[in-house]
Amino acid sequence: MSKFNKKKSGEMPAISTASLPDIVFMLLFFFMVATVMRDTTLKIENQLPSADQVEKLDKKDLVMYIYVGQPQEQYQSKYGKESRIQLNDKFADVSDIKAFIAAERASKREELIPLLTTALKVDKDANMGLVGDIKQELRKENALKINYTTRQGDISNNKKTN
Amino acid sequence: MAKRAAPEVNAGSMADIAFLLLIFFLVTTTIETDTGLNRKLPPIDENQDPPIIKQKNIFTVLINGKNQLLVEDELMELKDLRKAAVEFLDNGGGTGEDACSYCKGKKNPESSDNPDKAIISLKNERETTYSTYISVQNELLAAYNQLRDRRAMELYGITFKEMQNNINDANYIGNKAKLKEQVEKIQLEYPQKLSEVQ
Repeated sequence: MSKFNKKKSGEMPAISTASLPDIVFMLLFFFMVATVMRDTTLKIENQLPSADQVEKLDKKDLVMYIYVGQPQEQYQSKYGKESRIQLNDKFADVSDIKAFIAAERASKREELIPLLTTALKVDKDANMGLVGDIKQELRKENALKINYTTRQGDISNNKKTN
Repeated sequence: MAKRAAPEVNAGSMADIAFLLLIFFLVTTTIETDTGLNRKLPPIDENQDPPIIKQKNIFTVLINGKNQLLVEDELMELKDLRKAAVEFLDNGGGTGEDACSYCKGKKNPESSDNPDKAIISLKNERETTYSTYISVQNELLAAYNQLRDRRAMELYGITFKEMQNNINDANYIGNKAKLKEQVEKIQLEYPQKLSEVQ
């Protein structure tokens, strides 16, 4: 009779947790790879407009970022509500772009300089006046390749907030 | 009989499964890249006199401070802009040397001679909102892309966008040099002549 009882007496074996570290490492690696590090802290509102004729902007190391937008709330007492330029981590004026471009160019190898692209990350509520000034400044510096960074989407999304 | 615990599940291969998943995600995830409209600014060239361009070869788009569009001196809705731009670029009203053999437009002598001569001039005021400006840029680029796509379909049975993707695709099977030539031919037939005036 004991033949039939023997299984009941055994307890459920504990599930091995030996592989738990593997799973955790897997997730870790996954997030490490998929996360894009933000190298600048935004001090401005930066809601990009949408467009559908977009091209990809790869070769991240060959891109200079110029941010434009209204200062975020905690900076509004100091800088007001008018759209401002942000270069790296600081608010800047149009005249600072010259030095910024020079610094970016100096940090790249000489043969890569003509390939540098300036990405204009401009808030959708900003005015074209400031953007025009930036463009003029870039022309003076001969940084002619620009990219209006946008989100992918239909242009009808651009109207809603107006 | 001796009591025997149920055999433990062998977890030795768990790590393999984990790595398999890890590699799967590594291969399939694309890191988010920025997208945008690529444009080229005109260089500052003070010595050069501006070339004389016939008025009929210029398509003026003005965005005012209230985000209204004035196209060729007429008020226009944003949704009609793409069509108007295509009509202008593809008009092909030129004769003789300026004739355009691949244009399918109305051949209106009052509009552009051929796509190579046709210039879109985009003006904006300081108060124009950036999002409107991008919308207009997008529509104008769409007009160019539409014409290029059409021409590519005609010549090679494949859209221009696909051709460009194939050039960037490392796994593309076929003659890349030839493909590049074809892309350049279409770019030459419908050049992007979009001037942004301050």
